[in-house]
Amino acid sequence: MSQKTTLLDLSPREATAAREIALRYGNRPDALLEILHDLQEHLGFIPEAALPALAKALNLSRAEVHGVVTFYHDYRREPAGRHVIKVCRAEACQSMGANELVSMIERFLKVKLGQTTADGAITLEAAYCLGNCALSPAVMVDDKLVGRVDAKKFETIVAECRS
Amino acid sequence: MSKVFVPRDSAARSVGADEVAAALAKLGHEVVRNGSRGLLFLEPLVEVETKDGRIAYGPVTIDDVASLPIATAGAHTLRLGNIEDHPYLKNQERLTFARCGITDPVSVSDYVKLGGFDGLKKALGLAGAAIVAEVTESGLRGRGGAGFPTGIKWKTVLDARADQKYICCNADEGDSGTFADRMVMEGDPLMLIEGMTIAAIAVGATKGYVYIRSEYPDAIATMKEAIANAVAAKWLGANIQGTDKTFHLEVRRGAGAYICGEETAMLESLEGKRGTVRPKPPIPALEGLFGKPTVINNVLSFAAVPFILAEGGTAYKNYGMGRSRGTLPFQLAGNIRQGGLVEKAFGVTLRELVETFGGGTFTGKPIRAIQVGGPLGAYVPASQMDMPMDYETFAAAQAMVGHGGIVVFDETVDMAAQARFAMEFCAIESCGKCTPCRIGSTRGVEVIDKIVAGEDRDANLELLSDLCQTMTDGSLCAMGGLTPMPVMSAIKHFPEDFDKPAALAAE
Repeated sequence: MSQKTTLLDLSPREATAAREIALRYGNRPDALLEILHDLQEHLGFIPEAALPALAKALNLSRAEVHGVVTFYHDYRREPAGRHVIKVCRAEACQSMGANELVSMIERFLKVKLGQTTADGAITLEAAYCLGNCALSPAVMVDDKLVGRVDAKKFETIVAECRS
Repeated sequence: MSKVFVPRDSAARSVGADEVAAALAKLGHEVVRNGSRGLLFLEPLVEVETKDGRIAYGPVTIDDVASLPIATAGAHTLRLGNIEDHPYLKNQERLTFARCGITDPVSVSDYVKLGGFDGLKKALGLAGAAIVAEVTESGLRGRGGAGFPTGIKWKTVLDARADQKYICCNADEGDSGTFADRMVMEGDPLMLIEGMTIAAIAVGATKGYVYIRSEYPDAIATMKEAIANAVAAKWLGANIQGTDKTFHLEVRRGAGAYICGEETAMLESLEGKRGTVRPKPPIPALEGLFGKPTVINNVLSFAAVPFILAEGGTAYKNYGMGRSRGTLPFQLAGNIRQGGLVEKAFGVTLRELVETFGGGTFTGKPIRAIQVGGPLGAYVPASQMDMPMDYETFAAAQAMVGHGGIVVFDETVDMAAQARFAMEFCAIESCGKCTPCRIGSTRGVEVIDKIVAGEDRDANLELLSDLCQTMTDGSLCAMGGLTPMPVMSAIKHFPEDFDKPAALAAE
């Protein structure tokens, strides 16, 4: 028990944010995914310290909250770069050279999928379908979809992310 | 100054629609952000309102804007003429997508002007059983891929006794090659709201959810906007249009798990839990969300309902072939010259879709394989392109129509790599509940690697076939159960791709 208290005390900001967002959803346990999305938008990631606070607010066990956070690809346990670029590697994009695009991007940014560039500007991630399958290959830059991506277009995207 | 239309659809935005719209507004034109017509290869498509209809230009880049003769709607290299006469659009049979692309998608008054809410108006005057009978009569089958008769599902929920029932829309459109759900939500969201409300009135539900994947931020925002507008105009919420009918609708975001497109995993996710699959029975129609009777349908199923109510089930049933009634919005994707949305009655051949509408491959090379029905659908060889799009015809060919996604590959595709990817994808996205899917997918990747490396090829091909049988028979849901379909179809139709080292040795 004492450890639980310590964690909360160590990170009052995260715990407070978690409690406030949970309250916005009436502390309803079925809204956990929405709460986690909002928390991640607010803090940039889901910090460990938020889990016990959320569990308490929603009357769930810590294991249940941990289980949800770790099940879904969207939730990050640590902060991402300033921008997140998701590259689609599903079939429609593959048919238009997505695998080659991923290799090119990895060489260009000098990171692998799932990693963040050294300057902290870009986190590169894989996505499996962005719903832009008629204009493949596609990437998503934060919330903005980009179609018919080639090397030149990608370089422009990166330049904008770094500006 | 002229009234011009530039889509707000995210596919159009992905190739510069926002920039084009801003430039046109700067020139003083009245810019309406409409939904997309679905001619995605022509996006950004700019339409100019004239007394002779809407004259289109496309694909328009930001550099083209200054040279467009908007005031006269006159000649230009990008001029396409009246968009309604464009063969890609004119040769379709649009029932569900009849309105998409014409107006501002979240405007209730625009929607009503184009026949919106006619179906709901009719439903408000009918008993639940009569609504269900109309949907049953239409022959509508679940558009998410499984093809289960919608009317039967609704009847089960109608007949169930409970203090609370739910309507859930599965908008977790995770299949590669599909974007019709997204286009409905971004281009005609009020139609989805209308369809779900009709379902609610039919079965006696008062609460509903639209579960939208987080990869669709535009669809999420547009749906929320449309719901708010529908509530304000009293087409949704308490006492709809002054009647005693009530239906509250809420958007819920997914969180990047493909498996949540499986209906029971989606229910778990809607309850705030890990998206693991539930064993059936009990079926969700009897014990669904929070254990209550629940109608779960795909976006396209709900979206077909307003037409069915407004025009009658028979009008819908008159389209189609065999037991596949009505129309399906097909999605032409991947390596295709004219990708986009083509709504046609069932019975249209794969060739008509891919060649006549699609114009062949984007690269100009010959077509080798077409994956129909998403990542769990079969790879169909070019030689089978004359098959009609019909649930039963495809099933007989060990393939599936699914959600109508059509992904074209040219001759450069390595089918062993595609088979490997099917297993790899299953391994990444398996919810982990059942063993055949969770472990079988990883073993599948390994075995395919061995086959491609030429290691005990015959024995390993047999092992792969056995593994696929186990996954098909033993998985809890379609994720593990159908992953073998693309794998086995690749082996069956393209065996040479699994035999490379030996082929190289023979040279």
